[in-house]
Amino acid sequence: MKENILTKILNFYIDGFKSMKLGKKLWAIVAIKLFVLLVIIKLLFFPNILKEKFNSDKERSEYILNQLTKGE
Amino acid sequence: MEHLSLVDWSRAQFALTALYHWLFVPLTLGLTFIVAIMETIYVKTGDEWWKKTTKFWMGLLAINFAIGLATGIIMEFEFGTNWSNYSWIVGDIFGAPLAIEGIMAFFMESTFFAVMFFGWDKVSKKFHLLSTWLVAIGSNLSALWILVANGWMQHPVGMKFNPDTARNEMVNFWDVLFNPNAVSKFLHTISSGYVLASLFVISVSSWYLLKKREKEFAKRSMLVAASFGLLVSLFNLTTGDDSARNVAFNQPVKLAAMEGLYEGKKGADIVAFGILNPKKDIDNNESEFLVKFTIPYGLSLLTYHKKDAYIPGLKELVYGDKEHNIISAKEKIQKGKIALAALKEYKKAKKSGNEAKAKEALEKFEKNSKYLGYGYLKSEKEVIPPVAPTFYAFHTMVGLGTWFIILFALTLYYVMQDKIEQKRWFLRLSVLSLPLGYIAQESGWIVAEVGRQPWAIQDMLPVGMATSQIDTSAVMLTFWLFAALFTALLIAEVKIMTTQIKIGPKEA
Repeated sequence: MKENILTKILNFYIDGFKSMKLGKKLWAIVAIKLFVLLVIIKLLFFPNILKEKFNSDKERSEYILNQLTKGE
Repeated sequence: MEHLSLVDWSRAQFALTALYHWLFVPLTLGLTFIVAIMETIYVKTGDEWWKKTTKFWMGLLAINFAIGLATGIIMEFEFGTNWSNYSWIVGDIFGAPLAIEGIMAFFMESTFFAVMFFGWDKVSKKFHLLSTWLVAIGSNLSALWILVANGWMQHPVGMKFNPDTARNEMVNFWDVLFNPNAVSKFLHTISSGYVLASLFVISVSSWYLLKKREKEFAKRSMLVAASFGLLVSLFNLTTGDDSARNVAFNQPVKLAAMEGLYEGKKGADIVAFGILNPKKDIDNNESEFLVKFTIPYGLSLLTYHKKDAYIPGLKELVYGDKEHNIISAKEKIQKGKIALAALKEYKKAKKSGNEAKAKEALEKFEKNSKYLGYGYLKSEKEVIPPVAPTFYAFHTMVGLGTWFIILFALTLYYVMQDKIEQKRWFLRLSVLSLPLGYIAQESGWIVAEVGRQPWAIQDMLPVGMATSQIDTSAVMLTFWLFAALFTALLIAEVKIMTTQIKIGPKEA
């Protein structure tokens, strides 16, 4: 019974994708865009600075507190 | 506040991302509701014409959704890289709303979007209709959480700064959610999206009528869009009024910049149209405007609902005004510096284990922490945002919003009188009004974001302190990368969209 529902859902999506006209072009744009954004741009250019530089939240807090009060 | 070029590039990159992202979002927010209304008519009447009409606009919605999808995620990348100080400081406030947004967007939109596009003739009419409405509601609720986060930055409530962790921690979720600034911002922003979508449908339909094709389809679409547009644009007017009143109470400097009000007055006029005098400064006696048309007492009436209410100008907000209990920026800067020194003292005392000194420093910090951000400002005039962009963007938005109300009313009248086809001048004007809709959208964000400078978080964190210490050239490189990527996406959107429009509803 469970399998039937899952198969139905799967077929629903497969049939939907198969019968698309313009949709195929749009999905291609979405796929390329997600690849460029999530793989190329995120990995190469957008590291999470605080996560990369420090190992713990304590160190991160310390760093930010120093940044906030460095002029004083 | 050093490394200004880094701050400027980070700011420019964020502005570019946000402005491009906002080219796609409002159309999705509004068009989902328009197709839901059209499909409701189809289900109620059983008229296949309405099914065809719904499917055509749904196709254009799909194009806009697909091209715009994930353009906002770049802003999250930028938070982690370019704005790491800011991200850390606001973390707990943003975490919950953005997590809810992510979950809702994923489950509601992705599930019901599939049923909406793939489900014709596969699920029951009523279930399909339900899915279409859930997509509309889900998309709009996603916007809620983002705007709650933005509203908090403009008016931080429901949180407390923890000096041990340097983070804001949520003390009351409901205060954050029902922050008056967030509520009015949400309602004003989503209703502006509905206005844009209505303009879009009217503009495309007008083009068909000008080309003398798809006449019945165009008129039916215009009837729905003009009715919806008129209602939501009137609602947009009231939410705009509410939003401006919130600005008056919580960000009075922004309101003064929006109105080009340099000197405060009782019974302040509202500027309907004006050209600012570029030589004007709060310290000179130059006139504020080269040309202006005003509505007498308008600003006092709209803000406080009193003809003779006092509205402070930039001069009073910078130098203070004892008569009206306005504290000067200089005093705020002094208090901010005391807060910063106390924070440093607290940190040092904690490290050395001197609890008594830490307690004393903490008390001093908490007494002055309301003005924490001012401690970073070097001059009192830094509290003034760029007046010209704020003023012109605000007046452009309001002027265009007024035009859209007239446009919707006239469209509705001409369609109901069955005269719309003969009014070719009006059809041309309707086509030309679509780009004006986008200009109004972007102007609204310019008012909101430029008008709140120099703050990343109002009174708490100036933009200069919010950025990460990274290489400026890296930010410059990604700025141009995004400029190219977004421009390519925009060209793709326009090209695919115009091709589909030219094909018309027959192939929908």
